[in-house]
Amino acid sequence: MSHNLTIKELQIQADIIREDIITSLAVAKSGHSAGPLGMADIFTALYFQTLNINPKNPDDPTRDFFILSNGHICPVLYATLANRGFFPKKELLTLRKLNSRLQGHPHRTSIPGIETTSGPLGSGLSQASGIALAHQRDNKPNKVYCVVGDGEQNEGNHWEAVMFAAKYKLSNLIAITDRNYIQIDGPTEQVMPLGDLEKKYQAFNWNTITIDGNNMQQIIATFNQAKQNKDKPLMIIAKTIPGKGVSFMENDYRWHGSPPGGLKTERSPEKDKQQSIAIAELHAKEISERGNWYKTHNHLHPIHNAKKSSSKKK
Amino acid sequence: MKLNPKLKLNANQPPLPTRNGYGDALLELGKTNKNVYVLCADLTESTRADKFAKAYPNQFVEIGIAEQNLVTVASGLAHAGKIPFASSYAAFCPGRCWEQIRTTICYNNQNVKIIGAHAGVSVGPDGATHQMLEDIAIMRALPNMTVVVPLDYNQTSAATKAIAKHIGPAYMRFARDPTPQLTTPKTPFQIGKIQVLQDGSDLTIIGCGPILFQAIQAASILKNQHNISVAILNCHTIKPLDTRTIEAYAKKTKRIITIEEAQIAGGLGSAIAEHLSSTIPTHIYRLGIKDHYGESGEPSELLKKFKLTPQDIARECHKIFKTK
Ligand SMILES: Cc1ncc(C[n+]2csc(CCOP(=O)(O)OP(=O)(O)O)c2C)c(N)n1
Ligand SMILES: [Mg+2]
Repeated sequence: MSHNLTIKELQIQADIIREDIITSLAVAKSGHSAGPLGMADIFTALYFQTLNINPKNPDDPTRDFFILSNGHICPVLYATLANRGFFPKKELLTLRKLNSRLQGHPHRTSIPGIETTSGPLGSGLSQASGIALAHQRDNKPNKVYCVVGDGEQNEGNHWEAVMFAAKYKLSNLIAITDRNYIQIDGPTEQVMPLGDLEKKYQAFNWNTITIDGNNMQQIIATFNQAKQNKDKPLMIIAKTIPGKGVSFMENDYRWHGSPPGGLKTERSPEKDKQQSIAIAELHAKEISERGNWYKTHNHLHPIHNAKKSSSKKK
Repeated sequence: MKLNPKLKLNANQPPLPTRNGYGDALLELGKTNKNVYVLCADLTESTRADKFAKAYPNQFVEIGIAEQNLVTVASGLAHAGKIPFASSYAAFCPGRCWEQIRTTICYNNQNVKIIGAHAGVSVGPDGATHQMLEDIAIMRALPNMTVVVPLDYNQTSAATKAIAKHIGPAYMRFARDPTPQLTTPKTPFQIGKIQVLQDGSDLTIIGCGPILFQAIQAASILKNQHNISVAILNCHTIKPLDTRTIEAYAKKTKRIITIEEAQIAGGLGSAIAEHLSSTIPTHIYRLGIKDHYGESGEPSELLKKFKLTPQDIARECHKIFKTK
C-alpha cells in the first residue's frame, strides 16, 4: 500500500510533520519536543512507504502492526497519522486537552490507527513480540514494527522481550531503536550507560543494522531490506538527532519534555518567539535543501497555515 | 489543630506543590544523617530530588528508568544500614514494582521509603497512564507498610522527616500541581494521628491530600447556604489508621463523607468503611475516582469532570445530610 513517493517528496512530508509537531505542542503548552522531531523521518518512511496499512480500514486484519513503545513521542505519531489521513489534521490542535482523542500519551481505543496504549516505558517490545508470535504460529505474512527509545532500554521488561523474541526466532518482528543519546536526567551514557547496543543485540541473537535515522535515503533502503529479514528478529539502531530541524533544540536533553515556548536555554530565543522561529527554520531548510518547496508545502497543508487563516477570520 | 492563619479561603496565597516539601526536607535530612540515601529513576527534577543530588552526590543514586531495580537496590541498601528514599512517579513506583516491594521490602521488613510523585487526576495533560489512582489501595494492602498522603507543602516536609525517623517500610504520595498551604512550618505532624482541620457536629468529612482544600471550601458553602456544621479530618496516614478519632467522629456526627484523589475501591474511604463496618456501622459516602481512568486536561478541568470541586462535594454532603 505504499504511496511510491520520491525521496524528496518523503523529505518534504517529514518536514510538514515536523511543523505540525511544533504547532500541536505549542498549542498544547506541554509535551515532548526532542524525540518526536528526531523521529519524524522514520515515521514518515514507515507510514508513507513501508507499512502495509489503510487509513480507511485501520483494523484490516492483513495490515502490518506498528507498536510505539516510547509513548511520550506520540506528537510524531499523531502528526503522521493525521497527515496520512487517519483523522482530520485540525484535531492535532486538541493535543493534551480535555476530551481530546489525542491523549498526552497514546490510548488504544481513543483514536484509529493506534495498536496499544503506551507511556509507561519498557513494555512495547513484549507486546510486539506477542503479536509477532501469533502471526508466526498462524502463518500470517503481517510484519510487526516496534519503535523503542534508547533511555527506555534501561527497563528490564525490554530485555525480557529481547530474549523472548530471539528464542522464538521472530523474524517478522522489526524493532527500531531511537538512538538519540538523551533521556530525562541527561545523556544516556551518563544516566545509565547502554554502551554498544549493536553488540548487545547480536549477543542476544538478533539481526542488527545501524543507520542514520535522519537520512531518508538510508531509512528507505534499510526498511526495504528489512522486509527480507530472516531467522532472527531484527533491530534497526537508528541514530537520530533529538530536536532535529530546530537549531536551539538539537542535541539538548532539556527539550525531552518541553514544548516550544516552554523553556528558555542559553541557545534558545525568548519563549514567545520559539514557535515562529522553529517554523521559520524548517521553512528555510526546505528552501535551501530542496529548492522551490512552496507548492508541495501548501498542498500538504501544515496546520500552522490552517490556524493563521482561522484566526484571521475572527 | 490551627490552620495556617494566612490562609484565606478563595484567596490566592502562594500555592506550592507537595513534592517541593519533599525536596526541601531531603536537603535538610541529608546534611545531618549521612545514612539518608535518595534513589531516582530518571525523574530527578520532577520528584524534586535534584537539590539533594547536587548537595550530596555520595548519598544519591541514579538508577535509570528501571523501577524494579530502584526498589530492590533500595532494599539492599537498607539491609546494609542505609535509609533509602526510592522516588519516581507513583504510576511506575509502586505501580511497576509492586511485587518487589511486597517481598523484598515489606516481607523482609526493610527500612525503605517509597516515594510516588504525580498521583491523582490533577497531574493533568500527561493523561491516564501517568495519573496514579490505585496506589493507596495496593500499598495499604501490604503488611508492615505505613502509608502517608500529606496535605500540603509544609506537611510533606514534616512527613518526610517523620518517615525518615520511623523504622520500617513507608509509602508517601505526592500531587504534581501547586496547592494551597493549609499548615505552617510549625504545625505538628505525627504518623498515624488525624488532624482535626475544623470541628463540626452535623457530618464529618475525612480525607487525605491537597483535595482537602476543596473540602474546606465545601464546608463553608454548607455552613452559609444550609447552616450545616461540618467537621473536617485530615487523615494523612491511611495506615496505620487513627481508628480512635474516626470512631469518635462516627459517634458524634453519625454521617461520614470520605474524599481522596484516588480510586475509591480500596482507598482511604474503603479503609474507614472496613473499620467502621465492624465497630460502629455508620452511613458513609465515598468521594473520589469511581472505577474510571483519568485523562488529559488541565488539573482544574479534571477535578470538575471527576466531580471533586467544592460545589460537588457540598452537593453530596447535602444529599447525605438529608437522607438521614
Ligand atoms: C516506566 C516509566 N518510568 C519512567 C517514565 C518517565 N519517563 C518518560 S520519558 C523518559 C525518558 C525516556 O528516555 P528515551 O526513551 O531515551 O526517550 P527520549 O528522551 O529520547 O525521547 C522517562 C524516564 C515513564 N514514562 N515510564
Ligand atoms: Mg533517548
